[in-house]
Amino acid sequence: MRRRTFNKLLGAGAATAVLGRSGLLRAAEPFKAGFIYVGPVADYGFSHQHDDGRKAAQAALGDKIKTTFVESVKEGPDSERVIHELAAAGNGIIFTTSFGFMNPTIKVAKDFPKVYFEHCTGYKRADNVSTYNIRFYEGRYIQGVIAGKMSKSGVVGYVGSVPIPEVVMGMNSFIRGMHSVNPNGKIKLVWINEWYDPGKESDAAKALIDQGADMIAQHTDSAAPLQVAEDRGVHGFGQASDMIKFAPKAQLTSSIDHWDDYYTQRITDAMAGTWKSQDVWGGLSTGMLKMAPYTNMPDDVAQAAKDAEDGIKSGKIVIFSGPINDQDGKPKVAAGATLADADVLGMDWLAEGIEGTLPK
Amino acid sequence: MSFVWIVPVLLSVVSAATPLLLAATGELVTEKSGVLNLGIEGMMLVGAVIGFAVTMTTGSSILGVAAAALAGAALAGAFAILTQLLLANQVATGLALAILGTGLSALIGKSYVGVALTPLPKLSLPILSGLPFIGPILFHQDFLVYASFALLAGVSWFLYRTHAGLVLRAIGDSHEAAHAIGYRVVAIRFAAILFGGLCSGLAGGYMSLSYTPMWAENMTAGRGWIALALVVFATWRPARLLFGAYLFGGITILQLHVQGLGIAIPSQFLSMLPYLATILVLVLISRDSAKIRLNAPACLGKRFHATG
Repeated sequence: MRRRTFNKLLGAGAATAVLGRSGLLRAAEPFKAGFIYVGPVADYGFSHQHDDGRKAAQAALGDKIKTTFVESVKEGPDSERVIHELAAAGNGIIFTTSFGFMNPTIKVAKDFPKVYFEHCTGYKRADNVSTYNIRFYEGRYIQGVIAGKMSKSGVVGYVGSVPIPEVVMGMNSFIRGMHSVNPNGKIKLVWINEWYDPGKESDAAKALIDQGADMIAQHTDSAAPLQVAEDRGVHGFGQASDMIKFAPKAQLTSSIDHWDDYYTQRITDAMAGTWKSQDVWGGLSTGMLKMAPYTNMPDDVAQAAKDAEDGIKSGKIVIFSGPINDQDGKPKVAAGATLADADVLGMDWLAEGIEGTLPK
Repeated sequence: MSFVWIVPVLLSVVSAATPLLLAATGELVTEKSGVLNLGIEGMMLVGAVIGFAVTMTTGSSILGVAAAALAGAALAGAFAILTQLLLANQVATGLALAILGTGLSALIGKSYVGVALTPLPKLSLPILSGLPFIGPILFHQDFLVYASFALLAGVSWFLYRTHAGLVLRAIGDSHEAAHAIGYRVVAIRFAAILFGGLCSGLAGGYMSLSYTPMWAENMTAGRGWIALALVVFATWRPARLLFGAYLFGGITILQLHVQGLGIAIPSQFLSMLPYLATILVLVLISRDSAKIRLNAPACLGKRFHATG
């Protein structure tokens, strides 16, 4: 019995050795790509969209690649272990999709110089580490245009999450869009200091509506504010994915993260050996950001939204071009000047028309 | 004129306070029997997901609410078996229960993410809901809000006006003595733990069926822990529990309105205000330690093993 097992093992080993040497196994092996997400795939938001991108790349490249993902990975030391495992498991390219994965990615990349790494929303790069992100704020400009046209009170309630530049630039972009059609438009701002707390998000939306807002915008992750809008009979905007199911009568549109083409392209580059370290900050023009259908609005508003979308795509509309004042009326961007990307990324002031404070 | 503005504000206060009140009422009974169950958060989450799933599949919110309560009780049952029969440490088991419930609810809820539900219907009490000002606030709510008041009143009556309540409190104060007299300590504690789970499940059901009618992972976002703190805050007195839950809910809502009105106080400070208020009241109460000793169950968290 024992001997037979031993012989079998020996046989199998010999066969592998022969096949391996002749290269037959190698040719059949697909290129491996790994993904790690900070949230669950089922979060219906940020991580969900990344996984849709992974699936799209898999569908586009078929048998040639094999993708794997690890979800709900905590930022910090735990993520370093996961990234290391993915690299050791033979993945040729690894996508790390949250800001807090930045340092672990850089660290593991040093140990695996032949593996390509792609880090989402960070700023540290290396020869084998690229960074990529979406200009989410472009979508908020269009939301602002719609709000400016649709709001009767001229007051939009804005549920803010955490006061960081990413959120601030979205808010300023929104008011820029709103002022382009209604110069008297206002944003009433409430911070909840959380990314995700459905109960608190809905309380904030209720408070804003009670104070006279007839439209709700949000930079938090759940559909709760939109549900409140539906319940109270006002309009609102979705976040990260199409949330129309939660608010069939209230959602006007939603900015949707769209990673499909980017992932397919980068994996293709990695397979062909043409991959290069780069920094991508794509928006509507690159297709990384898409808008959900313009619903629950009259045709002329939908047309204005489409025009704004086209204008941003073609570069005719430059969102942060002067003159722009801050909320106290002090000039921040002079007429004729345009904010550089670096200044947008470090934005720490609220534009004119926003009622609320930015904690410093 | 200011009345018009204040009614919707108070309405949101009621909805913010109800889950806290429900869960804390259950925990009060559990703790009065001398058992500390730290797993409220887990039981609430499991209640929330089961309540949502059952409402979704059967279309009946009554069944959903019942299922939520039973799911909370089922998880509490596991806690009771571990701590009362197998004599596991209550603090460790409770913490494990909170973590288990979080994970379990996420697993069960996987296919319910991104699905919307119509919220629980509001029931208007005839005549009373027509009252000016308090009518719409107190008498035009969904039935879980009424249930939270009824439950608290029932618990208050049970603990201080019935023989069974006296026995429960006696067990919480001295399980050895109660056992010596002949009361079945383990069985009564078992029932108290199950009741606590039932209430936590209801609180979870309120979250996923009424407060924010959807399922999302970890949607209770720490409310279970606040309910736990509220019991101590109330020094184990039902009336103070009501006060605590509405104070906490009130400050939570008020800070959002203060921000919306543009009053320049850092929002981070406002966000911590409800917790700060809780600590402050705790300190004030703790100054008179005799009062706490009078109400706190003396055997809270202690293991009971019948000998002879």
